[in-house]
Amino acid sequence: MSEPILKVRDFSVDFWVDGVWYPAAIKMNFDLHPGKVLAIVGESGSGKSTTALGLMDLLATNARRSGSVMVKGEEMIAAKASTLRKFRGREVAYIFQEPMTALNPVYTIGFQIVETLRNHFDVGPKVARERAIQLITLVEIPVPERAFDKYPHQLSGGQRQRAMIAQSLACDPGLLVADEPTTALDVTIQAEILDLMRGLRTKLNSAILLITHDMGVVADMADEILVMKDGNTVEHGSSEQIFHNPQHPYTKELLGAVPKLGGSAKRILPAESANAAPVLKMENVTVEYPKRGRVPAFTAVKDFSLEIFPGEIVGLVGESGSGKTTVGRAAIGLLPIKAGRLEIVGTDISHATQKELFTIRRHTGIVFQDPASSLNPRLPIGESIGEPIFLAKLAKGEELNRKVEDLLEQVELPRSYRNRFPHELSGGQRQRVGIARALALTPDLLIADEPTSALDVSVQARFLDLLLELQDKLKFACLFISHDLAVVDILSHRIAVMQDGRLVEVGDRDQILKNAKDPYTRRLIAAVPVPDPIEQKARREARLAAKGS
Amino acid sequence: MSDDVKQPADSADMKSDIFSKETEGLSQAQIVRKRFFQHKAAMTSLFVLLGIIFFVFSAQSISLGPVKYPGWWKYDYEQISDLRIAECSGGVVGCPSLDVFPSSIDGTPMQIGEHPFGQDDIGRDYFAMVMRGAQRSLLVMVIIGTLGAALGTVIGAIAGFFRGWVDAILMRFTDFIITVPTIVLGSVIGYHFGNLGAVFLAFFLGIFAWTGISRLVRGEFLKLRELEFVDAARVAGASTRRIIFKHILPNAVGVIIVSATLLMSGAILLETGLSYLGFGVVPPDVSLGLLISNYQDAFTVRPWLFWWPGLFIIAVALCVNFIGDGLRDAFDPRQRRGMSRKDKASLASGESK
Repeated sequence: MSEPILKVRDFSVDFWVDGVWYPAAIKMNFDLHPGKVLAIVGESGSGKSTTALGLMDLLATNARRSGSVMVKGEEMIAAKASTLRKFRGREVAYIFQEPMTALNPVYTIGFQIVETLRNHFDVGPKVARERAIQLITLVEIPVPERAFDKYPHQLSGGQRQRAMIAQSLACDPGLLVADEPTTALDVTIQAEILDLMRGLRTKLNSAILLITHDMGVVADMADEILVMKDGNTVEHGSSEQIFHNPQHPYTKELLGAVPKLGGSAKRILPAESANAAPVLKMENVTVEYPKRGRVPAFTAVKDFSLEIFPGEIVGLVGESGSGKTTVGRAAIGLLPIKAGRLEIVGTDISHATQKELFTIRRHTGIVFQDPASSLNPRLPIGESIGEPIFLAKLAKGEELNRKVEDLLEQVELPRSYRNRFPHELSGGQRQRVGIARALALTPDLLIADEPTSALDVSVQARFLDLLLELQDKLKFACLFISHDLAVVDILSHRIAVMQDGRLVEVGDRDQILKNAKDPYTRRLIAAVPVPDPIEQKARREARLAAKGS
Repeated sequence: MSDDVKQPADSADMKSDIFSKETEGLSQAQIVRKRFFQHKAAMTSLFVLLGIIFFVFSAQSISLGPVKYPGWWKYDYEQISDLRIAECSGGVVGCPSLDVFPSSIDGTPMQIGEHPFGQDDIGRDYFAMVMRGAQRSLLVMVIIGTLGAALGTVIGAIAGFFRGWVDAILMRFTDFIITVPTIVLGSVIGYHFGNLGAVFLAFFLGIFAWTGISRLVRGEFLKLRELEFVDAARVAGASTRRIIFKHILPNAVGVIIVSATLLMSGAILLETGLSYLGFGVVPPDVSLGLLISNYQDAFTVRPWLFWWPGLFIIAVALCVNFIGDGLRDAFDPRQRRGMSRKDKASLASGESK
């Protein structure tokens, strides 16, 4: 066996916070050989990113590293700043999560690649430019000569990520550290980037250290997997071993929490609700963001028609920018519609005034995407939850307090949390508060706008269980907006697919997932990585074959 | 409630120690207060300023309607007494009687004397005049600061929340006010209203002092109104008024407090400048700026007429500025990650508590 390019022994990272050392990574041990992919998986806060950044001392000043990190046989822990600088970019290159912020917006991508090259090699600007164009060609950005002179904001999200990969490959590094490289991307683009990285690994024989929370991506890429929890290494083994024969209970739990596409039982809608009048009725709805200054008007949703019946959950999927969120907001009157007809519980609100909207507010609720910004940071959560009841003048004083406590109980939070502030809760708890607030008036229609996209898988799994349980009990209709097909699969009776502001396809869950008519839906489903290395390999080959033909 | 605080609903939601430490039951106000209290310069300034305010306002008589407080200093600022001549050297009159050096250093005993800050040309007690002047200046500062902050907040909030043509009109109006130099505007106001007294002067100056704050508040509102909790409040059925005052304004309070404090330190200098130019407080009332202006030509022979009011101006303006700085640091979340010198020392020695 060849010499490992990265050899990590007893590697620990601690952070100094308010007079105490907090361990973030504890006694890590692993080797990485050329041409191999090691994935570090774990939930947020498990220390996977800290480990990755700590290898080359890229952490904040209050961090302390100990143990041993050998890159190509050289020790990195006690290394001088100049040695570290020589290795960074040259031997160990990083790809970060958010390409928009990782690339400098005031320089062209060509300049940034040339900069990396000329930092490490003694080359003239002309030679460096040629090499940079070669790299841009390698990462398959169209028209490399022109892309060289483009600024990051002129490229799409996927192209930006490619540009960043090109920059990190500039010096043929032996080790590529990819920290959540596809988390900010849509599934179809994610699939392309993963294909690209896989191709580069075989072409350049680099080793890849992949940090991700997405088990589908892990199954698609990894040869070896290291599972982390609270800074500890929980399990370490080959990809097949971890996926098919996990030993540690935490690994089993983690894999069990990952939603699987097509893995859940069919949900049958009670017969009486199919015949009832729809709770939400959208007919040829068009939503437009009006012209602002020199920015022309933008039609976010065109000719959108959808009906949701009482007690039904409809999943709305699509890639970013497809208009899903706009539909959700328009459906409860947060955005005015430009054309078409919109009815909620029998009331036409197509051209409703603020006052008329006020009456339908009692029948609707919404759970937002971002748990950090959806609760007012200055209000205790009890007050946030009670606000709809208070404003609808249904209760106040003691009675309001009791109702708030009941709602907290309903979402499985302790009653005493009433006086807590949002920043004192975790993301999952905040989303529960969001649900409690949305359900405060026992609405007929609930809009859930990507409520789980900011949550870890295990938290997401419990959140979805809770939502299903509540829906079973309260029988509200729900429009569940998500980019994650597997999540929608668990919840929905029906699925609607959107692309570029238009409804592409709507139908029964099984019909959409197994027997989609529209090519776009089929492509979307094929691009979702499945958390099973063998199945994912088969899916990948099928997808590439379909692409080639 | 403290019993089950330690038992979160689901343990996996709670991350390792460091995360739970972050969320250890402090409200945002408490965090800000804690950080402000740790700011040494700001805390010192706060105590010094409070000391000055108490000292200055208790020294001279204050009357509120029927209640009249006499003040502990024996002279009134308008009262004329005999000029000190015999004690002074070099033929000057009204020199200060304050002596801070003990007799072992300069031969005379430590004393406050009859006129610690000296006397003016006609024998008025200069200590009383400086106290009265500082009272006026502080009053002007507080009125301009509060009025400017209140107006700026309302105008900025309306412009930022409603956007569109409301915003355009209000902001162009703000631009218009900004283009008029404050000192010119103040001169015109002082010329016309100065004789009505310091309170009126401050009031009219405050009417034009809101521009900076309104721009900042508008920016803050533009940012905050896009956050999801505002939509959530709207879905809950909250009125526009409630959204502005209950949901958005408390989140913008940091910006408002900080800029109001800095506005105050500007206000005291503005009043000083105007009085110096002769457009501020009008005699027989006094303000610190007016005192300096009156005795600018006495600087070479009787410098104390210049020093004492100047000292108070500098002390108050510095204190208010430091407090403003401290507040800004306390409200700025980016300041959070810093390590104190003590922390760094123990980090270097590698020991842990």
